[in-house]
Amino acid sequence: MSLSSLAQQIHLWLLGHMSEQWTLVLEMIIAGILVISFFAVLGLVLVYMERKVSAWMQIRLGPNRVGPKGLLQSFADTLKLLIKEGLTPDGADKFLFNIAPIGAIMVSMLLMAPIPFAKDFQMWDINIGVLYVSAVSSLSVISILVAGWSSNNKYSLLGAMRSGAQIVSYELSAGMAIMTIVILSGSLSLTEIIQSQQNGWWLFKGHVPVIIAFVIYIIAVTAETNRAPFDMAEAESELTAGFHTEYSGMKFALFFLAEYVNVFIVCAIGAILFLGGWMPLHIGEWTAFNHIMDYIPSSIWFMGKTFGLIFLIMWFRWTFPRLRVDQLLKLEWNYLLPISMINVVLVTALAILGWYFK
Amino acid sequence: MTEEVIAYLKEQLKEATWEEGTAWPTVALQPLLFKEQMQLLRSDGNLQFDYLFNETCIDWKTHLTMVYHLRSMQYKHQLVIKLAVDRNQPEVPTLSDVWQSANFLEREVYEMFGVNFIGHPDLRLLILPDGWEGKNPLRKDFEDPINMIRL
Amino acid sequence: MQETIGHSATGDLVINVGPQHPATHGVLHLVIHLQGETITKVEPHLGYIHRSIEKMCESLTYRQFIYVTSRMDYLSAHINNLACALCVEKGLGVEIPERAQVIRVLMSELTRIASHELWWGAMAMDLGAFTPFFHAFRERESINDIMEETCGARLTMNYMVPGGVMMDLHPNFQKRVKDFLQLYKSKIDEYDEMVTGNIIFQNRMKGVGYLSKEDAISFGCSGPTARASGVSCDVRKWYPYEIYSKLDFEEVIETGGDSLARYMVRIREMKESIRIVEQLIDAIPEGPFQAKTKAVLKLPKGEFYQQVETARGELGVYIVSEGGTTPYRIKFRSPGFSNLSALETMVKGSKIGDLVAAMGTLDLVIPDIDR
Repeated sequence: MSLSSLAQQIHLWLLGHMSEQWTLVLEMIIAGILVISFFAVLGLVLVYMERKVSAWMQIRLGPNRVGPKGLLQSFADTLKLLIKEGLTPDGADKFLFNIAPIGAIMVSMLLMAPIPFAKDFQMWDINIGVLYVSAVSSLSVISILVAGWSSNNKYSLLGAMRSGAQIVSYELSAGMAIMTIVILSGSLSLTEIIQSQQNGWWLFKGHVPVIIAFVIYIIAVTAETNRAPFDMAEAESELTAGFHTEYSGMKFALFFLAEYVNVFIVCAIGAILFLGGWMPLHIGEWTAFNHIMDYIPSSIWFMGKTFGLIFLIMWFRWTFPRLRVDQLLKLEWNYLLPISMINVVLVTALAILGWYFK
Repeated sequence: MTEEVIAYLKEQLKEATWEEGTAWPTVALQPLLFKEQMQLLRSDGNLQFDYLFNETCIDWKTHLTMVYHLRSMQYKHQLVIKLAVDRNQPEVPTLSDVWQSANFLEREVYEMFGVNFIGHPDLRLLILPDGWEGKNPLRKDFEDPINMIRL
Repeated sequence: MQETIGHSATGDLVINVGPQHPATHGVLHLVIHLQGETITKVEPHLGYIHRSIEKMCESLTYRQFIYVTSRMDYLSAHINNLACALCVEKGLGVEIPERAQVIRVLMSELTRIASHELWWGAMAMDLGAFTPFFHAFRERESINDIMEETCGARLTMNYMVPGGVMMDLHPNFQKRVKDFLQLYKSKIDEYDEMVTGNIIFQNRMKGVGYLSKEDAISFGCSGPTARASGVSCDVRKWYPYEIYSKLDFEEVIETGGDSLARYMVRIREMKESIRIVEQLIDAIPEGPFQAKTKAVLKLPKGEFYQQVETARGELGVYIVSEGGTTPYRIKFRSPGFSNLSALETMVKGSKIGDLVAAMGTLDLVIPDIDR
């Protein structure tokens, strides 16, 4: 039984018991609860994964005391953060200070809406999904700026300023990289982009320009989510903790959670655009192989691809040193942006001439 | 250090007193000629003492003695310069314009011994916290009521 | 200090880096003035870990004061102790048995490797790469284990005494050092793969924190910091102590003067230290490990100065004796103190990230600066 048929059955069952309006309301509530719990679980899983991946790279064991293989470590951490006092500095702008983490988490929640987690399993099949995602994700800079500004701490302020410059710049490259796929598939809807990859993922179909776009996309989203080697906004050894220096307890946890969920979302988008989302791996005329691939549920395909990309981004973090702030901006404006502009032109030519694999 | 250089030094450093039986040539200078002779040691082509690697002070209870350890990075010879300073009103011309390393070293001597370096660009406490001006912990008569170590 | 609170008179943003800050590796306090992200002024405030070791030593005997000095530059504790022991021996006029000399040099070089290992990891961490830190500790741990076996301590060894070393080598010593050498050689390439060859790392280091040769001499810099600016200042070569004059090793000199040069000097110095250890490990002569000295040491009236090369640079011990059992005045010329004074010249006009990179390659140990 797939996720979509499960959803369909719940829908029909609800329709049989109440009116259409009440069904809609109830379904919204269910979806909301699911998103929030998915959020929490995702945060826990990603934190655990990050700690295990880093431990593996650093010849350590990582968490292994709480629960089997340390699986409950993130629960313990969350519990600690929940019961910790959330300090608000005296000189801080209290209203903005408290609202900033909520803003951060709201942005990541909004981004969850149009993502197809499995075949026909999507909260909101909006026909401009790509545009929606890139528009909403740029809002995250606001909460970081507000957090840094309202903390009344110079480290926070510097971190926020860096983050502002960085996110705004890298938004461009990420947008350009996304645009290549929009050009190739001819649609802004995430579902249709996935459907267009029925006979092969864009990464394989689209020749070199799409590979370039994929690399640029990964670099740009690493920077957009403030992950090392682009963690300018936090830059532990320079700015202690950057924009969230003054945050503690649950407010800090919300920033932390938002960061990880953002990583998940950008990787999910990357998987959808370049790796076919929930679409199984199909190779040309190998019918038998394709059939076997079809037997793997689509949700597994989606999660596998997404977590593969997340692992890639974690790999970056634990191997690369951090860039300097001017080098970071130079990388974007001098290299990535010109390359992606030329790349978009190339892809357009490719699409018009139909030179990609069909 | 070769004999010729020592002979040359003896010629150059007038009114200076040479100490006998030390590992390195040691010479005590006169306060009035001090700054001028130190500059000479730094700039003279045959001497080139361009490396002031140690500067400290000794409290002899009757007077203070400034001790400068100099080295020439080119010739690799070393020289010890001494200067007697009045204990009650210790004043020494600064050397921070001759050797940049003297800047920090003199600030340390200033707070530890209370020696006033005339012409120092930034004579403030470096190591001790605010409020320790004039207490001079490394002088022999300094007594700390709490943390004094005695064996 | 009014100006450290908000903005300086010129309108620059004033930031307190430290005393608690991840990049200062201890309790160093830097007041930095910023114009945007560009540093216009750096002002070190020291003394957060000042214990007045010099004053303490005035009331300790010549046997006792050596143990306090392990707490100065705790990463080259052996070499600190060695400097004091040598200075006292100079005053006493004692001949040291050859076995003791070889042991001392071996221990010093192992300490130097361990110290550079830690520096390598910590510097990479300053630049935002966490993984090298753990890889560096893998090798450093095995040195610490060797130290623990012979000296009974891992960090503040207190192994050197006037007249030789405190006790003989552990029977396992040679075997374990050879094991370490093998381990080290199999891993040294990882260092280059992880950090040296990384393009981000190179960009962060090249041309950053430039210190000219003239400035390096004038500021009294020593050790790798000065040698990276092309100043030949290795005490082991120029003023050899123990048996360094008989050993075959190179003085590592780079001429870049920037952070990358300082990095390369230390990396190459580790390899030279390995060479020295290799030369000596099979040639430890038999014989006593300590010269016969009196129970109560008395230095003759006079002044004694001894310099040694620690992992950070030239450490000088200046003892003024009045003929008693305790020094009349003792002064430690610490390498970190002078190296730190050059920091402002190095980073003026560069970015905050460069300050961290420059400080990382200066290899500051705060207790060594404060004493």
